[in-house]
Amino acid sequence: MNLQKVLFAFFIMLALTLNFGFVMGEINNPSHHHVYELFAALVVSLIATVMKFGDRTHMGAVLLAASLVADLQLIAAAVVWGISVRVMEIELGTGVMSSIVSLSGGAVVANVISVVLLIIETVQARR
Amino acid sequence: MPAFFLALRRLRGPLITLISVYAVAVLGLTLIPGVDGEGDPVRMDFFSAFYFVSFMGSTIGFGELPYPFTAGQRFWVTVCIYFSVVAWLYSIGRAIALAQEPAFRQALTQGAFKRAVDRIHDPFYIICGYGDTGRLLVEGFTERGKRTTVIDLEQQRINDLELAALEIYVPGLCADAEHPASLIAAGLNDIHCAGVIAVTSNDKINLKVAITSKLLQPHLKVICRSEIHDVGINMESFGTDHIVNPFDIFADRLATALHSPANYIIRRWLTSPSGTPLSEPLFPPRGRWILCGYGRFGKAVDRFLSFEGVEATIIEVDPKHTDAPYDTIVGRGTEAVTLREANVEQSAGIIAGTDDDTNNLSIIMTARTINPDLFIVARQNRQRNSALYEAAGIHLVMQRSDIIARTIITRIVNPLLAEFLELLTDDDMEWSNLLATRISGACSDGAHTWNLSITRARCPALAVSLYQGAGISLSTILDEAQKCSGEKAAPLPLLLKRENDTMMLPEPSTLLQHGDQILFCGTHSAENLITWIAGNLNALESAMQGAAETPATNSA
Repeated sequence: MNLQKVLFAFFIMLALTLNFGFVMGEINNPSHHHVYELFAALVVSLIATVMKFGDRTHMGAVLLAASLVADLQLIAAAVVWGISVRVMEIELGTGVMSSIVSLSGGAVVANVISVVLLIIETVQARR
Repeated sequence: MPAFFLALRRLRGPLITLISVYAVAVLGLTLIPGVDGEGDPVRMDFFSAFYFVSFMGSTIGFGELPYPFTAGQRFWVTVCIYFSVVAWLYSIGRAIALAQEPAFRQALTQGAFKRAVDRIHDPFYIICGYGDTGRLLVEGFTERGKRTTVIDLEQQRINDLELAALEIYVPGLCADAEHPASLIAAGLNDIHCAGVIAVTSNDKINLKVAITSKLLQPHLKVICRSEIHDVGINMESFGTDHIVNPFDIFADRLATALHSPANYIIRRWLTSPSGTPLSEPLFPPRGRWILCGYGRFGKAVDRFLSFEGVEATIIEVDPKHTDAPYDTIVGRGTEAVTLREANVEQSAGIIAGTDDDTNNLSIIMTARTINPDLFIVARQNRQRNSALYEAAGIHLVMQRSDIIARTIITRIVNPLLAEFLELLTDDDMEWSNLLATRISGACSDGAHTWNLSITRARCPALAVSLYQGAGISLSTILDEAQKCSGEKAAPLPLLLKRENDTMMLPEPSTLLQHGDQILFCGTHSAENLITWIAGNLNALESAMQGAAETPATNSA
């Protein structure tokens, strides 16, 4: 067992679970989606991205790409949140909430791909 | 690209640290309760917290936003300031350390070199070894507009290359040419690569370069320098296109110079860089010669001299080891005693041919004091001693790197000239003398040679006229060029090559054919004129009219 591998898998999976936790619930109900969950999902996703840096294998490149997609989606969700509430001063209603959640929903897909790739890599290493 | 990945990998730690410190600081600020302007409790939202942490981490200024902080918030911010400053210092420190790391710098320079090689979209040559010979080669190629890439084992020489005032950028890499990867980095597998030239001072490396190139890219032209005959034969066995043995070429040139000075001077003129004034011909005396040094150079010279029927007394410091003839005089040749023993007073000339420039110069100075009428030939080993050799007033300087470079440049840049020089025999002295006179007449501003290929692309007017059945002789063009330029002598056609015929010094009355390749020598303006006549229909017609009016005269 390798501590680095544990940390690597831990962050990739945590990124998925936190992201999934934020997205779960009714898409347009603000009380189902807490801002701290989005924050945690974003931070963990960023760390997971950095951990994938510098791997020159093909698998590493796809993992990094998937992670970057997840970051982009989550940052977009956070920016939509910030701009609509603070800049345009709209009440956090059903419309804004559904775009935030659907953006993070996209990130969930990217994170699922990351985890699937990780599992494939692990299975290959076993053989 | 490797540099980029290396940087990403090394910066993983600092980046994760920064993200974590920022995340904790932002989280803390959103959790700690504060008060707004009216004293009501308020929580910072993520946007304000991130804004505050961003400027806190980099500047620690701007004040407390959006409302003055409570004691609890200040406590947290104090902790955060120290952590963020440490995190930044750590990250920047790592980034700077990375930039100074030799592995990273090497990856960077290699990447830059590869990109520079990729950007070359003309045929280029890989030159392995940037010593005296490599430098002359790069200069010669660059002057003629040919691209090159350079590999050398020493960083100092690559620095010299970067500082050299060359008109075209020549990428250079400090790498071992023995490794195939270095050659591939220098563009061995590039479609624009035209050939590989191995001129390092190590025969083994040259051999390895030749094998690598011929195995990976069999169609490439490979030219190698080899000083050991066995290695040369080995190189030949797997199809190396040309092997340059400096000692043999050296000795051959010297023999030519002794035997047929005109022939020697023609070779010298035609292979000089464009614009070099014509050097004076030399007339070495006949008689007994003294040869100092019986190493590889001395042996080659001795062989060629005896072939020419010139007797030579050999002086060698270590006759046993060098396998010198039994009548060899033992000594360096730098002492008057040895030279007297070799009968320097009655000798016609002396060849200082040791592998040490200082000794060679010393031999010359000593010999000249004893016999001021000596014809002096000296071997120059290092280019940096050129000033000394010039000052010493030597009749004939044999410089290894110069000879190798000229041979290779001629072969690659002007194959027609190489063919001409190969056909140039030194049997007929009178013929050679006449040719030398004609060349010096045609080239008033230094020897300049160029090729004219009669093809539709190169000289459309001439090609079309010939296609239509016009009979155009060489003199038609030459006379017109002479008339237009107003110079005394017309350019001199040296060689005419067509499908299965090669003519040395073609007659002016020779009728041209489509596909002919002609080697001329003359002035630069003559080249321009001939190119203009061959390419412009009006100019060509005027030339043909002129030829029809005046009956063909012998322009020679």
